Amino acid sequence: MSQATKTIIRKGTRVSMDDERERQRLEQTWRTPGGWLGRLSSVDHKVIGKRFIITAFIFFLLGGIEAVLMRIQLARPESRLIGPDLYNQIFTMHGTTMMFLFAVPVMEAMAVYLVPLMVGTRAIAFPRLNAFSYYIYLFGGIFLYVMFLLNTGPDNGWFSYVPLAGPQYAPGKRADVWAQLITFTEVSALIVAVELVVTIFKLRAPGMSLNRIPMFVWAMLVTSFMIIFAMPTVALDSTCLILDRLVSTHFFNQAEGGDPLLWQHLFWFFGHPEVYIIFIPALGMVSSIIGTFTRRPVFGYLALVLSLIATAFIGFGLWVHHMFATDVPQLGQSFFTAASMMIAVPSGVQVFCWIATLWAGRPIFKTPLLFVLGFFFIFILGGLSGVMLASVPLDLQVHDTFFVVAHFHYVLIGGAVFPLFGGFYYWFPKITGRLLNETLGKWNFWLLLIGFNLTFFPMHQLGLQGMPRRVYTYLPEMGWGGLNLLATVGGLIMTISVLLFIINVFRSRRSGEPAGDNPWGASTLEWATSSPPQNYNFLYIPTVAGRDPLWEQAEDQPVVTGLRSDIREVLVTYTLDAEPDHRIKFPNPSIWPLLAAIATTGLFIGSIFTPWAVPIGAVPVTVTLIGWFWPTAKGHREQLASEEQPAEAEDQP
Amino acid sequence: MRRARDQLTALFLLALILALIACEREHRRIGESPPPAATTEGVRQSDLQPGEPQPKAAIENLYEKNAYAVSEGKRLFDWYNCSGCHSHGGGGMGPPLMDAEWIYGSNPENIYSTIVEGRPNGMPSFRDKIGSQEIWELVAYVRSLSGLLPKDISGGRDDHMAAKPAEQSTPREKPVPKPAEHSQ
Amino acid sequence: MPLLLLTGSARRTAKNWRALRAYAGLVVGLLFFTGCRGVQSAVDPAGPQALRISKLWWTMLIVCSAVFIIVLAVLLYSVFRAHRRNRVADEPGTEQRLTRTISGAVLVTVVILFGLLIASALTGRALSSQPEQDVLTIEVVGHQWWWEVQYDDPLPVRTLKTANEIHIPTGQVVMLKLTSHDVIHSFWAPNLHGKKDLIPGHVALIWIQADRPGVYRGQCAEFCGAQHAHMAFLVVAESPERFADWYEKQLKPAASPADAALSHGQQVFLTSRCVMCHTIRGTTAAAISGPDLTHLASRGTLAAGTLPNTPDHLGGWVVNSQVAKPGNHMPPNELSPEDLQSLVSYLESLH
Repeated sequence: MSQATKTIIRKGTRVSMDDERERQRLEQTWRTPGGWLGRLSSVDHKVIGKRFIITAFIFFLLGGIEAVLMRIQLARPESRLIGPDLYNQIFTMHGTTMMFLFAVPVMEAMAVYLVPLMVGTRAIAFPRLNAFSYYIYLFGGIFLYVMFLLNTGPDNGWFSYVPLAGPQYAPGKRADVWAQLITFTEVSALIVAVELVVTIFKLRAPGMSLNRIPMFVWAMLVTSFMIIFAMPTVALDSTCLILDRLVSTHFFNQAEGGDPLLWQHLFWFFGHPEVYIIFIPALGMVSSIIGTFTRRPVFGYLALVLSLIATAFIGFGLWVHHMFATDVPQLGQSFFTAASMMIAVPSGVQVFCWIATLWAGRPIFKTPLLFVLGFFFIFILGGLSGVMLASVPLDLQVHDTFFVVAHFHYVLIGGAVFPLFGGFYYWFPKITGRLLNETLGKWNFWLLLIGFNLTFFPMHQLGLQGMPRRVYTYLPEMGWGGLNLLATVGGLIMTISVLLFIINVFRSRRSGEPAGDNPWGASTLEWATSSPPQNYNFLYIPTVAGRDPLWEQAEDQPVVTGLRSDIREVLVTYTLDAEPDHRIKFPNPSIWPLLAAIATTGLFIGSIFTPWAVPIGAVPVTVTLIGWFWPTAKGHREQLASEEQPAEAEDQP
Repeated sequence: MRRARDQLTALFLLALILALIACEREHRRIGESPPPAATTEGVRQSDLQPGEPQPKAAIENLYEKNAYAVSEGKRLFDWYNCSGCHSHGGGGMGPPLMDAEWIYGSNPENIYSTIVEGRPNGMPSFRDKIGSQEIWELVAYVRSLSGLLPKDISGGRDDHMAAKPAEQSTPREKPVPKPAEHSQ
Repeated sequence: MPLLLLTGSARRTAKNWRALRAYAGLVVGLLFFTGCRGVQSAVDPAGPQALRISKLWWTMLIVCSAVFIIVLAVLLYSVFRAHRRNRVADEPGTEQRLTRTISGAVLVTVVILFGLLIASALTGRALSSQPEQDVLTIEVVGHQWWWEVQYDDPLPVRTLKTANEIHIPTGQVVMLKLTSHDVIHSFWAPNLHGKKDLIPGHVALIWIQADRPGVYRGQCAEFCGAQHAHMAFLVVAESPERFADWYEKQLKPAASPADAALSHGQQVFLTSRCVMCHTIRGTTAAAISGPDLTHLASRGTLAAGTLPNTPDHLGGWVVNSQVAKPGNHMPPNELSPEDLQSLVSYLESLH
């Protein structure tokens, strides 16, 4: 380790520069330009990460409003408040928003902000692509909501089964809007996934070998790989749907050799891993929070990492449990039941490890830890109803009923949203420099916990009593009115809780208690820099000698010097051991990612209306991409200047 | 400043127009009773008439801007067994509907009265059997068969054996009149 | 309301499981779940298939609740135990003890899951085993948003078509052949069996059996468009004798109108829009797009379980069906009050 550090120090071109001058130069080099144009050209992962988080949270609120509307409609039988046409759009918008515009993006957004800080580097890999992915996501979301306001909101459910979403039964452009939104989000998600993988593999601080990566970073690495394998399937699927609808192909037409079941297989091959894509990052957050608030390293690091990886692998092997009602052969049933139950084992391992950590540590009951304890309560319940759903016979009864609605809200809200709120409380001081208010935080937590259980627990029983999901109303004779009313009351309590959170954010951002660098006494590298971090993240890239650097390391732990501060230079390390490999120049801010995103958006939206949009729309996309990659003389000079001849490498082992 | 406001107004108007177009296309028109086309004219057996041609305001079919209505027309075309004679629009016992030639006129009101009144050589009268909304939907669909409707309104392919190209892929056939005796 | 009347008659057959269920209710403390009786309830089985599944459900509920309570108790204990401690440093051997405990817990998890897997697989096998004797075969075709029901018989004249109401003899296995006319629907009568999807171009088989007479409600369980919420059906289980009676009656064509008013009603039916979509056997109405109305008055509900079958509801439905079921495929009808009156009387005479 020290060998490597010395290498760097010796190799460096400017060693004896005084800290303050270095700070100023870094500030100058890494700053986001001012003005509207400058802000829009930002490639800073923190700026984009913040925008990403806020945008995703706004979509969460929109999805929440849709949920409240549905709950109000279902509060009593035969309610005439919302008609079937609007209701079907609303529940589709709710599912689509929450899955594609909130859950996955918000986890990636947190990672875009945090991962470079946690691994101790100056920027995320491919910063311009990062900006592009944000704009594509933003434009996709805006597109969906504009279309919704134009009465063109998708209305076939968030999994858009054909033939209902196919050309014959879904006239107009509603289903195309859904399919094209998928294109937007998958492009964005895939880009972020690739950036994260490269950041985690190649940009870690020296010494942070693979077995020292923080748990959240491991979780994001696993998630990113899952995205890379899962998203192309839904890309293929939604493309086939658009082709069927727009140019009359027959991928899903039984009469011409296609099959509506093909849609379901491809969709769920993506759709099931999607659930883990949402909740594995949350597991990382849980580990981070538990470690910090019990003041001890999370127990069973290796077991936790292996569990994450096992979850990711098994997660791809159980998509058919969404299709048990479609006549799956007996052997297939047994296989997918076994796989679906098996995935409870790694989840169990993680829960046991966390409980062990709590047992051996001394928990400090701050709001983030409360949310994690809430996570335990809800997620374990959701996991157990998941085990029930894995059983084919039981699934045949409760599939597509409110039991399933209850189950996946327990898993997704319990498994992902509770840790996410914990994460908001935990990292808010890092992002803004101020702590969120604890009193409001506790109200936020308790109201959310009570409201959530009031909303979703009764749904288990509604499902068993025969209430199918996605119904816009039900007959009074069915006797479902009471529990539905209860669920609506719960939904309103949750709404109040979320409003408290928003108030808390706005109040604390202005007048919250100043946080300092490390308000929680946490162990990971993001707490080693100022709050909020400078735009260059770290004055000197840190080096790492253990899993919990801020707890374990000596005061005089070496830092990396010698990186140039007059250009955006970043240290690249080896994948396994994080030994220094070479230095690389990162790109400057640029408006081209935004322009490319606008051009791409034009192509995507145009292709809903005519196939000609693809060849014609490709022209501006090409132009903007050429602009993006056009080499400038200045950039070329900087590049040349940063290169070194290999002659100096005599002290390599 | 003022220019910015003008631009904003223009943007707003553009959005409004877009909204109106989109809303019209996507609106689910349910349970309406639009006025019927005046069908008092009866069946004309000849293009010839004494004097000047009678001026006549063309009747606009609201449903031709509505994708849902056109798809309903397609469903009714099947339900009411129009294919029994017109065979998915390709023509069989009855004349084809996807070509350029129109024996009794291609205007919506012509088609409306063809359905209501019936025509010689086999087209039955559906008076009192189909409501005005459904007839207008059928009219819109029939016109989409020869590509007379905008592509984003016309239907896509069927979920059946492909008997004909989808309406949205049918090139626009400019209507030409065709003498009745040519049809079988 | 017919549905309400039927609710009261629902009784359970699984006597030996009653004790276990009560026990489950106590142990779990979720008295909540014990109120699940009803005409459309998965835990109020009326036949062997649903009974097997409900047994599996109660087993799973007990096991999972126990796991939940134990894990949560351990969690709370850990949190508060640690809270009382004042030392942060681990006692010697903590690491090993924790590792051992966790390994043990994982092992127990695996064993429990394996047990549940076997229970589930056994139930699944029993459900999908095909009966050996000849069974009554009923084809069910899903339409947006109603159910076409056809009883198969080797003699073509004895095949029977009806809609939205499936009569079955008690104590006999009935095979349902499920397919769809348009989009994907899902057949689900929870008191009898789990659900099975109706997929266009595919035929799915499912075996059901009712052990006690009764009316069981079912509902489409796969989202199928605007009126997915109002796509229900009734399964009427009756003694084999009564079923045979019903079958013979249904085979007959519709009765000729008995008086002038009914005759006028028939005339209205045959000369108005009704005839474009519906069949009444014994008349010239033979269209197949909508439900068969030959014996409409013998059915309990209108519009696929949406409305009770009374003259008032029928009249309202005929005039404008879009009020009760907006978006359904039946158009409004403009009829004079006299014509409507006669039409409704005629339809209500079709027993």
